[in-house]
Amino acid sequence: MTMQKKYDVVVIGAGHAGCEAALAAARMGCNTLMLTMNLDSIALMSCNPAIGGLAKGHLVKEIDALGGEMAKIIDRTGIQFRILNQSKGPAVRGTRAQADKQRYRLAMKESIEKQPRLDVKQGLVEKILVEGNKIVGVETNIGVTHLASSVIVTTGTFLKGLIHIGLVHYPSGRAGEFPSNGLSDNLRDLGFELGRLKTGTPARLNGRTIDFTKMKKQPGDDPAPFFSYSEKTHPLPQMPCYLTYTNASTHEIIRNNLGSSPLYAGIIKGIGPRYCPSIEDKVMRFSERERHQVFLEPEGLDTEEYYANGLSTSLPYDVQTMMYRTISGLEEVEIMRPAYAIEYDFAFPTQIQHSLETKKISGLFFAGQINGTSGYEEAAAQGLLAGVNAALKIRKREPLILSRSEAYIGVLIDDLVTRGTNEPYRMFTSRAEYRLLLREDNADLRLRHHGRNIGLVSEEDYQEFVEKKERIDCEVLRLQNLWVKPTAEVNNLLAERGSTALASEASLEQLLKRPEMAYADISRINSPPKPLDPAAAEQVEIRVKYEGYIQRQLQQVKRFASLEEKNLPDDMDYDAITGLGSEVKQKLNQVRPISLGQASRISGITPAAISLLMVALEKRKRGRA
Amino acid sequence: MNEQDTICAVSTPAGEGGIGIIRISGKDAIGIAGIVFRSGKKKKLEAAPSHSLHYGRIVDPSSGEAVDETLVTVMRAPATYTREDVVEINCHGGMVPLARTMALLLAAGARQAAPGEFTKRAFLNGRIDLAQAEAVMDIISAKTDLAHRSANKQLLGGLSREIAALRDKMISLLAAVEAGVDFPEEDVETGTGKPLGAEISEVITVIDKFLSSYVFGRILRSGLGTAIVGRPNVGKSSLLNALLKQDRAIVTELPGTTRDVLEEYVNVMGVPLRIIDTAGIRLSHDLAEQEGVRRSLATIDSADIVLVVLDGALSLTPEDRRVLGEVKGKKAIAVINRSDLPRKLEKIDWPDVQISLSCRTGTGLDDLRNAISAFVQKGAVGPQEHPWAVNQRHKLALEKSRGSLEKALAAAQAGLSPEFIALDLRDALDNLGLIIGATYTDDILERIFNDFCIGK
Repeated sequence: MTMQKKYDVVVIGAGHAGCEAALAAARMGCNTLMLTMNLDSIALMSCNPAIGGLAKGHLVKEIDALGGEMAKIIDRTGIQFRILNQSKGPAVRGTRAQADKQRYRLAMKESIEKQPRLDVKQGLVEKILVEGNKIVGVETNIGVTHLASSVIVTTGTFLKGLIHIGLVHYPSGRAGEFPSNGLSDNLRDLGFELGRLKTGTPARLNGRTIDFTKMKKQPGDDPAPFFSYSEKTHPLPQMPCYLTYTNASTHEIIRNNLGSSPLYAGIIKGIGPRYCPSIEDKVMRFSERERHQVFLEPEGLDTEEYYANGLSTSLPYDVQTMMYRTISGLEEVEIMRPAYAIEYDFAFPTQIQHSLETKKISGLFFAGQINGTSGYEEAAAQGLLAGVNAALKIRKREPLILSRSEAYIGVLIDDLVTRGTNEPYRMFTSRAEYRLLLREDNADLRLRHHGRNIGLVSEEDYQEFVEKKERIDCEVLRLQNLWVKPTAEVNNLLAERGSTALASEASLEQLLKRPEMAYADISRINSPPKPLDPAAAEQVEIRVKYEGYIQRQLQQVKRFASLEEKNLPDDMDYDAITGLGSEVKQKLNQVRPISLGQASRISGITPAAISLLMVALEKRKRGRA
Repeated sequence: MNEQDTICAVSTPAGEGGIGIIRISGKDAIGIAGIVFRSGKKKKLEAAPSHSLHYGRIVDPSSGEAVDETLVTVMRAPATYTREDVVEINCHGGMVPLARTMALLLAAGARQAAPGEFTKRAFLNGRIDLAQAEAVMDIISAKTDLAHRSANKQLLGGLSREIAALRDKMISLLAAVEAGVDFPEEDVETGTGKPLGAEISEVITVIDKFLSSYVFGRILRSGLGTAIVGRPNVGKSSLLNALLKQDRAIVTELPGTTRDVLEEYVNVMGVPLRIIDTAGIRLSHDLAEQEGVRRSLATIDSADIVLVVLDGALSLTPEDRRVLGEVKGKKAIAVINRSDLPRKLEKIDWPDVQISLSCRTGTGLDDLRNAISAFVQKGAVGPQEHPWAVNQRHKLALEKSRGSLEKALAAAQAGLSPEFIALDLRDALDNLGLIIGATYTDDILERIFNDFCIGK
């Protein structure tokens, strides 16, 4: 049966990608439908009850700067907040939070249900309806058809999901839920090339059976940092995590039971993430290590469940129990949910464009794990952009494509569509060549204007941002132009900080550049008419202190800009270009890069090939003139 | 591959003849040439009209030392081959000044042109018409091919192994730094336990070893070690003086050495020679003289090239024979002096070049200069310690890499956060990658996952 109501956008899936996609599309004025197999698993944290971390915290702040939801929800439902790498430079500090898993899910569900123009319904999509190469709607397993101009697929680990616990395996999209098999076949029928990935999650343990006195307590930061620019309080009480270690007995049990690990028995075919190995992998590959860290993370305020971070495994249930009980503090532990590995289908991401729209079917977008990524933040970032670009397409506006020099989201999507991936792709700061520019602290300065342009950032929030920006600019200017004399007062203050005395006049900027001097010290020498709030003061300090490095990165961006700006047309005939090797042609045909810059990042494309493309482009231009 | 860069390259075939032209193209071509050019009339190159010719010298701006006499052509855009500002420098002092001028231009901000890049720019800027586009592409692919083929040939040898080992070490270093940045909670045991600064210094030492194998570099720095040998009174000092009379550069007297070994610097067609005049080699039982002879023989061993002086007006003596025996297997030129007198010397069994000259009249001295220059150009002389030698392209990449490592070292010593050190280490790795055409991004992550137990 075909439902009467025609939607602008239908989102399949209600995980972290689906939620951002649906909210963004609806907020941008599109009539949107979100379909999920289970309304009680909206925004469920299937794995770690945590958001953020290095590079991931960056993504969350970028999502917030653009007007997404994740940062707000975690600020409201977090039960521990910390900044990682506090001792390192500002570019590589990352915010991380433990979430109350159920409250997080419910808070996101509330946002979704209350969102005007957004319908959310329970339903399992089996088929994407296409006419020619254009999307027309979706069909569910009970024969309901919803018509739509755009469809965003955010299916996570559900496509042909297969759970492994020891040598037992069964089809499932996530512990306790059905897989989605029909849609996977349907995507293949539509001509998409799918691959197989693997991921895993550790057991959830009953806190009542854990002896925390034998572990190291890890509290959050005080005061707790925020992810969102608009949240002002953390309403929930805060909880600690606990650190313990595996030992020789743990490792011995693992080694003795490898035969019943589906990974080592060769049953699992999907490729797992190397940065998130199972405990059996860690023990086998780094046999010289005497112990491995285990973090016990609370799953929420109203539950005794603890997530055993570091103990991801696919060993059988009895071995899991035996192995966990060798660990200090877990001697009596009871497992509530066993650890498991899961294999699922993904679509090779070189089949999508930077807008996340598929190359094959107009109006069809992919976001999240279906594109080969892993992580809630990576998923949410793609979901947001897919929602935004689906809405922009309906409005006949140009897609929002973030560059590698302005956002981790830009790096993420460009990496996926340019280089593809063979293992679950996770963001690292080392993936960003302009890392020093892409900081958590300046996500708003980098992206707020985009959020405003697409209509996801309110006038009020934007004004607040503009004022902050002005305050920063004014203060930097003031520091540059205010010169102080080498008075006893100034030199005393310098001496207090272990800084050499002034012999002649110096600008406040010069003083702030000294490594031992902080902005707070400078404002003691001479403060602005109206004191700066901490966030603006931090910006001023970073901008002055790291100016040299920041300038260097800006130069690198500028040098590369000319290649990024040279667009390669859709109908470029790479096979007709003389001098290009056949492997190069094949890669160019597969990726169809949008610019020479993107082409240069495809593996195996040499500078000489770029030269040839440049000449071919010019030739084409003149041929047409 | 940036179109905004100012590029330069030697545009005449290498190793043929004494004259070479360096072409510079790009918006800063005239400015960059101006940094290394001193006009005879004290005029600024920047003020020169288009299509004008200027006489002057190429000067090392850091030392003020003259590298070559030159004619420079300034051609302003758009009426040039590339439609950009173009400067052509005519070096006429042989290949060493040519190489040195190139190095100065690169230091002044130009970039070495890629194969076919001038032609590519000519096309992109509309200088060459569409019909010739295919030809442009052929040039790029053919030249690149050629460059690859010669690079591969070189890389088949020891160089590739050693560069790969060096690169591997740098990747490990960077992976350790990056693992510390990206995995702060993983109690990662980074590297060897040595301080990062010490690790970086070690890599710099390895690069220095590579750089010392750069033949021209060494010759430019310390001169081509040239020993003049022969029996007493054969005309060694006359030869030295004849060369000095016209070509004397700087006279040095190395402290701590005896007067037995005299060092003089002579510039022969752009090749700086460090001439060591040895005591005569004679058959003697006198202890003091034996010591002199021993030193002379040691000098022969350490020299890059040996000039064996024989008297053309006399028959070969037993001492001559001994000298000829001593230089067997060395890169040597036989200099037969006193060509102004009737030749009495027998034909000698000598596989290498023989030059007849007269130190008294000066005839034949030019032949000797040409022969020495040819020796250098053929690459016949140079240090023996490496079976391979770093060429100019490698040298540039290695020097840039080294510069980045120095910055990384300074950042490490200043206690900066690791991501700043990583920025310079990446630059270093990028520059090294230019030699063997490799990029790093995936390598780094690969190495982190292989070397460190990552993952909670």
